[in-house]
Amino acid sequence: MQRFSVPAILMVLVFTLIGLSYYNFLDLYVQSVIMFIGINIILSTSLNIVNGYMGEFACGHAAFMAIGAYVSSILNVFLFTKDKVFGLPLLPPELALYFFPLVLLAGALAAALAGGLVAIPSFKTRGDYLAIITIAANFIVTSTIINMNSIGGARGFMGMKKIVYAMEDVIALPWMLIWVMLSTILTVWLIRRYVSSTFGKGIIAINQDEVAAEIMSVNTNKMKLAAFMISSGLAGLAGGLFAHILGYINPGSFGILKSTECLVMVYLGGMGSLSGSVISAILFTLLLEGLRFVIPWINSALHYVHLLPDTYEVSQVWKWVLIPLILVFLMQFRPEGIMGNKELSDIFPKLKKWYKFK
Amino acid sequence: MLESVIQNFFNALQWGSFYSLIALGYTLVYGVLTLINFAHGDIFMVGAYIAFFVSTFIIANMSGLPGWAVMTLTIPLTMILTACVGVTLERIAYRPLRRKGANRLYVVITALMCGLILENGNLALLGASRKSFPPLVDKVIYTVGSISMTNLKIAVIFSAIMVFILLQFIVTKTKIGMAMRAISYDKFAVPLMGIPIDTIIVFTFILGSSMAGLAGLLYSLSYPILDPYMGALIGWKAFIAAVVGGIGDIRGAFLGGFLLGFIEILVVAFFPSTFRDLIAFSILLIILIYKPTGLFGVAKTTKI
Repeated sequence: MQRFSVPAILMVLVFTLIGLSYYNFLDLYVQSVIMFIGINIILSTSLNIVNGYMGEFACGHAAFMAIGAYVSSILNVFLFTKDKVFGLPLLPPELALYFFPLVLLAGALAAALAGGLVAIPSFKTRGDYLAIITIAANFIVTSTIINMNSIGGARGFMGMKKIVYAMEDVIALPWMLIWVMLSTILTVWLIRRYVSSTFGKGIIAINQDEVAAEIMSVNTNKMKLAAFMISSGLAGLAGGLFAHILGYINPGSFGILKSTECLVMVYLGGMGSLSGSVISAILFTLLLEGLRFVIPWINSALHYVHLLPDTYEVSQVWKWVLIPLILVFLMQFRPEGIMGNKELSDIFPKLKKWYKFK
Repeated sequence: MLESVIQNFFNALQWGSFYSLIALGYTLVYGVLTLINFAHGDIFMVGAYIAFFVSTFIIANMSGLPGWAVMTLTIPLTMILTACVGVTLERIAYRPLRRKGANRLYVVITALMCGLILENGNLALLGASRKSFPPLVDKVIYTVGSISMTNLKIAVIFSAIMVFILLQFIVTKTKIGMAMRAISYDKFAVPLMGIPIDTIIVFTFILGSSMAGLAGLLYSLSYPILDPYMGALIGWKAFIAAVVGGIGDIRGAFLGGFLLGFIEILVVAFFPSTFRDLIAFSILLIILIYKPTGLFGVAKTTKI
């Protein structure tokens, strides 16, 4: 029975969170922080496939997120809501609940196809040239969306909140929280199975030595294509969830800054360490949200000791100065990230008794 | 028709000059360290701000100086101070990581973070109000037929070409340039030959950052509105231009910058301006797919 403790703990966690949200013990802000933790876990673990396990340097992760977000949002709005552009709903809104996973999957598939397109140049190029291709892909995706006026262009796209309300009308549960948690668990499970399978060992072989892997009969092109598609597909899934949580998306929120956040989470956790990615995503999100409350406190403290002129207020902009500073210092003391290519079970071997899949 | 073509040609030359100046800095650092210095675009922004503060300080404290004298004081001061910023970054952020032998990508992430610190630190300290650059030089417009050229445009293009020639001379003809090429060829054998590797790297950063400072000064003279995020997009684009030229190669960076400038001006001339990034990046991607190591890049062979 000991071996089933991880699924049991996860079940308990999921049901506790759902129950607490249902009986309003958690307010909406805490719920949204939990959801963003989930989304960031999906983003960092999926980018870790390409950047950590395969050792490439892809920095256009937000592009696939944007594709997933837009495709799933447009599909949902087109199918289930009354919209200015798309007209009356095709299907009764009650069905939104049952179709929601399928729509998310459609967004993920679209993102995966785009990832496959980006993977094709990676057959020949490695390293920094691939970085450029992915950055350019990010720019291309965002500026394509800006130029599509039918879906809002730079003004953004709305109407996903109606879907969430329609789902809650059918069964009054915090549906977005449930979908985010399920997707997060599915993502981590999938990636763990993938990189420890015989098929997934190929990408680790590519990381070690591409030419040698090719000689040892690893089909490198196929491996790269698979890794890119899985990685970008999961990013698309995260994008779809992100869109439905916020209820509003615009191309500006999927820019290079978002890609940078994903990169930071991967390298903070450690390349090729799944538990590191999960831990760093949780820490990063909590740091982002925690600084919201810390900064006014710093402001009042500094004014109290008269270190600052009275006219100057420490604003929320300092958040984006403090976070990079913290990360730069972390890098100085631990250049390999939090976990550094090890899993939790490598550091604490006794953990292995608690789960089935080694 | 012909006049507008020639007019656009000179506009593209000016626009490409800024890209080239920034791309040269990227390429120098990359060629020596194989490090993508993602903070370089923000060093360009810092250069523009330094130029603003230096020139306003000089105008305020030495009233009565003519514009050209202020310019001659501002240019070296800006370049020196910006070089100090670049060297400081190298000292406190990159060098300890290099000493520890960290993975190259961690250094790249640190560079990204330093860029964010520069951008947002600027925004937090100076506020979001945009600064307008003082006009140092009187605009002189030369008209030939119906083509107008300003003296500033000529200065920008001329300085980009001069910087390129200077860098090419330093890298190919001097001893310190030889040391740079040696480091990019074999990082481990160079210290054994008695070459002070850290000094060379600091010199590289001084060169690259002072070019960025010059670019910032010229940019803010041409488009006199400064804001903290001006360096971000230009930096990314200049880096992509450097890669299309073939990163680590000075001629490549120079030509790549001009290529990107030409593409952008052409797109704006024929399409709505929102299509600029889309078409420019698509063309660059197509170039990269056909020449995976850029226009001047040399394919690296790996021994097994």
